[in-house]
Amino acid sequence: MTVRIIDRRQDSRNKSSINRGRFIRRFKGQIRKAVADAIAKRGIRDLENGEKIGIPGKDIGEPHFRHGRGGRRETVHPGNDRFAQGDQMDRPTEGGGGQGKGQASNEGDGLDDFVFTLTRDEFLDIFFDELALPNLVKRQLARIDEYKRVRAGYTQSGVPTNINLVRTMRSAAGRRLAIGGPYRRRLRDLQNELESLLDEANPDPDEIARLRHEIAILRAKQEAIPFIDPFDLRYANRVRIPQPSTQAVMFCLMDVSGSMDEATKQMAKRFFMLLYLFLNRNYEHIEVVFIRHHTIAEEVDEDTFFHSRETGGTIVSSALKLMLEIIQARYSSTMWNIYGAQASDGDNWDSDSPGCRELLSESILPVVQYFAYVEITEAEPQNLWREYEKLVAAHAGVFAQQRIVAPSDIYPVFRELFRKKLV
Amino acid sequence: MSRKRQPKIAEGSDWTFEELDRADAEIGRVAREYGLDCYRHQLEIITAEQMMDAYAAIGMPVYYHHWSFGKHFLETENRYKRGQMGLAYEIVINSDPCIAYLMEENTMAMQALVIAHAAYGHNSFFKGNHLFKQWTSADAIVDYLVFARNYIAECEERHGVDAVEQLIDACHAVSSLGVDRYKRSPQLSLQKERERQREREAYLQSQVNELWRTLPKHEAAAQSGEEARFPVEPEENLLYFVEKHAPLLEPWQREIIRIVRKIGQYFYPQRQTQVMNEGWATYWHHTLLNTLYDEGRVGDGFMFEFLQSHTNVVMQPPYNSNWYSGINPYALGFAMWQDLRRICEAPDDEDRAWFPGVAGSDWRETFDFAMRNFKDESFIAQFLSPRLMRQFRFFAVLDDDERDKLEVSAIHDDPGYRALRLKLSDQYNLGSHDPDIQVWNVDLRGDRSLTLRHFKHRRRDLAPDYERVLEHLAYLWGFAVRLEQQDEKGEVSLLAERMHDRRRSTDGTS
Repeated sequence: MTVRIIDRRQDSRNKSSINRGRFIRRFKGQIRKAVADAIAKRGIRDLENGEKIGIPGKDIGEPHFRHGRGGRRETVHPGNDRFAQGDQMDRPTEGGGGQGKGQASNEGDGLDDFVFTLTRDEFLDIFFDELALPNLVKRQLARIDEYKRVRAGYTQSGVPTNINLVRTMRSAAGRRLAIGGPYRRRLRDLQNELESLLDEANPDPDEIARLRHEIAILRAKQEAIPFIDPFDLRYANRVRIPQPSTQAVMFCLMDVSGSMDEATKQMAKRFFMLLYLFLNRNYEHIEVVFIRHHTIAEEVDEDTFFHSRETGGTIVSSALKLMLEIIQARYSSTMWNIYGAQASDGDNWDSDSPGCRELLSESILPVVQYFAYVEITEAEPQNLWREYEKLVAAHAGVFAQQRIVAPSDIYPVFRELFRKKLV
Repeated sequence: MSRKRQPKIAEGSDWTFEELDRADAEIGRVAREYGLDCYRHQLEIITAEQMMDAYAAIGMPVYYHHWSFGKHFLETENRYKRGQMGLAYEIVINSDPCIAYLMEENTMAMQALVIAHAAYGHNSFFKGNHLFKQWTSADAIVDYLVFARNYIAECEERHGVDAVEQLIDACHAVSSLGVDRYKRSPQLSLQKERERQREREAYLQSQVNELWRTLPKHEAAAQSGEEARFPVEPEENLLYFVEKHAPLLEPWQREIIRIVRKIGQYFYPQRQTQVMNEGWATYWHHTLLNTLYDEGRVGDGFMFEFLQSHTNVVMQPPYNSNWYSGINPYALGFAMWQDLRRICEAPDDEDRAWFPGVAGSDWRETFDFAMRNFKDESFIAQFLSPRLMRQFRFFAVLDDDERDKLEVSAIHDDPGYRALRLKLSDQYNLGSHDPDIQVWNVDLRGDRSLTLRHFKHRRRDLAPDYERVLEHLAYLWGFAVRLEQQDEKGEVSLLAERMHDRRRSTDGTS
């Protein structure tokens, strides 16, 4: 009687993924908040990882009727090392080391955060959700779907079209040599023996017959070694590797004058993140340049970009000029795909705005793939917006602008961009 | 002897299917020699991830979907990945054939251990113990779970995931009051279950309501001057009561309540026999593998690895250790079965005084008797020996909130043995562990409100959770629900009341 053994390893791996999905669906509110916190902490290039999420334990508990504290209860514990019947002692304090007497487990847990890790896909899903991306775009961003097939040695299994003849014949020859070797050696010995026997004056006919018979058998065995065997087959192996094309540089321009508060910056961050994510899908190598400006512009690192605060007036053209300088110095537009993203609350020095428009339309827009501007404000549009508006018609497909209040307003800025790449 | 020429089983660390097969055959042979009576079984090889899946679905191969299982999965995954826990190396399902999961990552020695533990140890317990025989239908459970999952999935399609989720949340909240403790549930099979579900649906809906019954009866009750109580006797199976009598539920809702109730009932024996069952399985893997070693069928390396896992499993940290989290059922159970065999085979005077019927009896017969006819509570009350209490150095602590100090009420000494044993036994009595809450009354003539009554035991209060549980219950009942409390002097007080607000039932959370 043999036992039935079933190999279930290949069965659907994620039996629980439905339950997991349900869980995330149910606590979407809390998770979304946690994701928002996480985004605030992350670099904009750091979107490829999952995220550790904490949900307050009290939200997640499943209530039951059970006993609470108090009353009269007796519990039995092992390991008595000092007590005699009738001994009195103080109640152990909460969490007082190992002497918890096992009662602490009854209550008081469940207030810790429930911590788990969102996968990259789940994280992006929630991120996208907030941005109100169309599904097609979500899929495009979340999936790495351009692959290049590259050769990766040889395998022993594959489809007939991939058979590599040279390798196959080589291993067939090797196998024939290896298997035939002992026969050949034996055959050589037998033949020598036979010859020396025949050379003798008075050869024994029986012995000669025996040797001849044996030689015949060995020859037959040698013949029977197959010329080619399934074991010899070698197939060219190809693997798929993701293949984004070439390189891009992304300019993040942001107004950091006093009027830009933390919430506005967080909104701007999402805007930059989305662009980065898009670029990441399409380019192999991406550099990000952060330019912040008030009345003068400077190139800074990401942390300074998002977290430092300046005061003073605003001259937008200073940032555009700096961008242009950097392009000319480091990113010639024949080698790089250039993207620009500008965020501000709309303030600008009145007489500066026409200059900005000119800079964009004359110098910047001709060399960039796309330039997007968001104005994060609820107030009336000001002169910068009105000047930029004139660009929209003339540079459709390259320039887009949008006034945003909530993250879901960001996507329309990129609509053109995504549409262009989707076809 | 042919034995000498046979290769040892489970040599080397990697397992193969042939080796599993041979190991199982050998372990099975020894198990039969010891007279273990098992269901047929099958072994299923799964990955660590699948093990976590199975964990999340309380060890069941098919189960309906619910967010709480997702939560358990995440919890398990988290702790596993952080290395806070190894996965249990075995999950076994009380079904016929009995299904034992083997995890791919385990070494051959571990696989042999799991086979002995689960496929022979637990398996024979499932088949023999009276609670499992009475309450579970091993041949039908997998079918029933398939039925349950499909039915609930259908409901989700028809009525929306939110509605079903809210219902299941509510059922889970009161599921601890969803078991019959005294009646036998009928046998179930997929086909029968489907047919009966349809019949039930039609019948129930026509029948539900005592509550809507016509006027004449009411008048009669009014005339008699005394209001007839409904239910006439208090009912302790709240889920059952709701399923049968909640006025406004749709047929599909009643069916889902029934599913949660049935599955809860199926697991009830496991909760009642943890110490016995785990101890039994541990005792047998220990015995079977040691027997194989004595026969020379497994090598020293195997034994070292096996013993290392085994000793981890049966470790009992003392009360003042950082690792202490209550009594380890594996340790207590294993020690008790071992001790029981010692009492049978080599009793001393103390044993003869304490266990006159058992000392010196045939150990296999005694084992069989004990395994079949007891549960944790009675097993401990019957078979825990003074020697074992000394060995574990048990002591009882009395925590009375009317006193300033804790008191050690009994220790492992002559005056303490009996009291200690009784207290430990009571610790495994689910009846005193779970609060005693019963369906007390339904206001048939008034607002149709449902009243539960909590009978306080040893002045223990309910945990503040009850407010949220009541909300769930109000959702199920459809009208106001009340929770009363009766203390030991017989005084009744109202603990909480929840109106059911129909509008709230649509927002999906509570």
